[in-house]
Amino acid sequence: MLLYSIKRLFAGIVTVWFIATATFIAMHQVPGDPLMNDKAVVPEIRKNLQQKYGLDKSTTEQYFIFMGNMLKGDFGISFTQQNRQVNDIIRDHFPVSAALGLLAIFFAALGGILFGALTALYRNRLPDIIIMFLVILGISVPSFVFAALGQLLIVNLNSFMGQSIIPVAGWGSFSHMIMPALVLGLGSMALLTRLMRSSMLEVINEEYIKTAKAKGLSPLRIFYRHQLRNAILPVITVLGPQIAAITTGGFVVELVFAIPGLGRYFVQAVQQLDYTVIMGTTVFYGAFLVLMVILVDIVYGFIDPRVRIN
Amino acid sequence: MKLLLVTLYTVFCTVFTALIAAPVAAETAEATNFETQSITIALSQEPPQLNSMKATDTVSNFILPHVMEGLLRYDRRGKVVAGVASRWEVTEHSATFWLRKNALWSDGKPVTAHDFVFAWRNALKPVTASEYSFILYPIKNAEEINQGKMDHTMLGVTAVDDYTLSIQFARPIGYFTKLAAFTTYFPVREDYFTSKGDQYAAEATDLLYNGAFRLTEWVHGARLKMVKNETYWDKAHVTLNQINISYITADTRARLNLFIDDKIITTALNGETYKDALNERLRIRSFATGSVFFLEYNHRDNRPTRNVNLRRAIQHVFDADEFVNKVLATPGNLPGESLFPVWVQGVDSKFRKEYPPTIIDVNLDKARHYLELAKQQLGVARIPPLVLLVGTAPTSAKQAEYLQGLLKEKLDLDIKIDVQIFKQRLAKMTSGDFDIVSAGWSPDFDDIMTFGDLLASWNLNNRGRYNNPEYDRQVKIAMNSLDPKTRMDAMAIIQKIIHDQAVVLPQYEQGIIYLMHPKVRGVVRRVVGADPDFTYARIIQ
Repeated sequence: MLLYSIKRLFAGIVTVWFIATATFIAMHQVPGDPLMNDKAVVPEIRKNLQQKYGLDKSTTEQYFIFMGNMLKGDFGISFTQQNRQVNDIIRDHFPVSAALGLLAIFFAALGGILFGALTALYRNRLPDIIIMFLVILGISVPSFVFAALGQLLIVNLNSFMGQSIIPVAGWGSFSHMIMPALVLGLGSMALLTRLMRSSMLEVINEEYIKTAKAKGLSPLRIFYRHQLRNAILPVITVLGPQIAAITTGGFVVELVFAIPGLGRYFVQAVQQLDYTVIMGTTVFYGAFLVLMVILVDIVYGFIDPRVRIN
Repeated sequence: MKLLLVTLYTVFCTVFTALIAAPVAAETAEATNFETQSITIALSQEPPQLNSMKATDTVSNFILPHVMEGLLRYDRRGKVVAGVASRWEVTEHSATFWLRKNALWSDGKPVTAHDFVFAWRNALKPVTASEYSFILYPIKNAEEINQGKMDHTMLGVTAVDDYTLSIQFARPIGYFTKLAAFTTYFPVREDYFTSKGDQYAAEATDLLYNGAFRLTEWVHGARLKMVKNETYWDKAHVTLNQINISYITADTRARLNLFIDDKIITTALNGETYKDALNERLRIRSFATGSVFFLEYNHRDNRPTRNVNLRRAIQHVFDADEFVNKVLATPGNLPGESLFPVWVQGVDSKFRKEYPPTIIDVNLDKARHYLELAKQQLGVARIPPLVLLVGTAPTSAKQAEYLQGLLKEKLDLDIKIDVQIFKQRLAKMTSGDFDIVSAGWSPDFDDIMTFGDLLASWNLNNRGRYNNPEYDRQVKIAMNSLDPKTRMDAMAIIQKIIHDQAVVLPQYEQGIIYLMHPKVRGVVRRVVGADPDFTYARIIQ
């Protein structure tokens, strides 16, 4: 198990290095000049800006400087926010995205597992049809529509009640999180429901379920001990990457609900060609994703002894 | 399985406890509070930084004039009035400002002439790399210092004593007082700046204030708070105690929702939210931003748009009225008739009243005649497809498609639309990789010259590289004269050149529509300076 973990970790580090290199190359291939702004500047000022950000050196040289600094955990200063460290941006805004994302994943996992199991148990009957219809909606409708609808719902609720029950947007308390987390988790919830349903359907027809029934176990006990536990594996598999995806920020949801999360910086950096922030957020996201995948592999062992290596 | 659940449960509990207990307690302030005289607003983005010497964007230029003050400032009507300086004298070659003794920094120390000398020198140092340093160029030696040809101590500004500032000009300048109110001209205290190093203006606690308000809170990406500055010399005229910037989002619909929920006092509307606001029966106001949008042609050698008759052909099919009413289709925009917008001051009244621009007649026969001439001169049977460079905003696409359709239908001209993200569009504009680019210009200061020198051959913002010695000559006349009549006459010639040579094609003067809380009075909308300006705002019962 330990050797396996170390192997996975090493593979993970190589993956992160690859992500960083690929992003670096791709970023420098994007046409456009990160130092240009609305107002044109005299060549001397440009030269100074280039020096400040090390853009006066060759791309290869920049790459090695970047790699060296990355090993030290230093991503440099943002291009757009000229006196903020990229590390500060990640440190300030990742916890916000993470808190929101965890709540969203909580909603998604709870709903996905519950609804998925339900649809399988009531296969081709009314609950199944209704839920699967909603699932298709949840997967196909983009999140900005849900975000706008969710916010409109709050506005109408508040005006109906005559006072602000739930905040329309902003950040700072638990009540600020509920609607954005629901919206953010909706897509994942739909995905997990479908996964859970198909996996559950497989399990239901297994011989050991028949055995359990024949033993005279209560349906609840069969559901919890035999069906759920066996069916949940594929869900756990996708949960890892989903956690990474959601906790690093849903740009649209953060925009609509005015949430100071990392997603906004991630997208804006690309739009503004903010080299240092692009690298910082991408490498951070990549590393986080890799870590979650490794964790999921390890968690497998706890749930299913058959997966345990050695 | 149990272990997993327990772990998950523990994680959630920890996170939520941390969140609820965190000092970022929910601030559900209402839009207005009469008792405390406080307002809440939203910003579209957070200021990238608040260093007045380096500020370039609209958000910084909104916050900074609220918390800092230059030698002069703008009053309610947009006139330049006394700020830190209580009186001043401007001659052809120099200016003297006498500072008031009761102008204080937020730490209680007086604002002195040395603070201005330091700020201006520092903004011009090449190592500072300030993008707005050009605005200091009327001061003697400023340009040379900025280009690294001279030491910053050679700048033509001296602190005669703590309260007297003397300035030598590089050229006679008739509008220096209007520049003195600009952000880049704000004072910075040397000892404080040095003590902060790279951190200067990075956080609310890393900046000194001498304006009507102080910044007391700045949570990046989330919120800022400005409170009345008790050390401000003119605090008697400031009613508002607190400006909460509680939301930062670029989503106009989210801001409209916040407005409807009575959480913010004002928000701008776009084409979509405008209809929602109408449905809600909200009172919609409009305001002319003072910016002009135009099609800029590429005048470089190998481009077909260098041909004046091709430009004239396009000029005679473009109907600015139709463009404003059918394509932009939100109230407040004016059809473009000149590079100089309607608000620009002339000799005694508005420039456009004193020197009305030639109205372009939309005439298809004339347009076709010019197009034939252009084809002959270019020696082609058909004009090659023209590249129209535009930005990524949804409205830009709509405008570009309208032009594409118009020119195809009327003149059988092919337009290739090139949509590019901001930085790439700028790169292409600078390198000249376009035939026509959809561009705009926002004024920096309240003088016609902020538009006038835009197409001068030496101006780096002249992206089409238009080069006309006569245009340059007129700009120099207007730059070097103090006589309003001479200056405006020169600008009138420039206006005529732009029309006759179809140098650029004015499309519209930008207007925005917005909502304002009915209980808030005294908010000033400005073409130059902080916009909106809440300095004199107050809340009625």
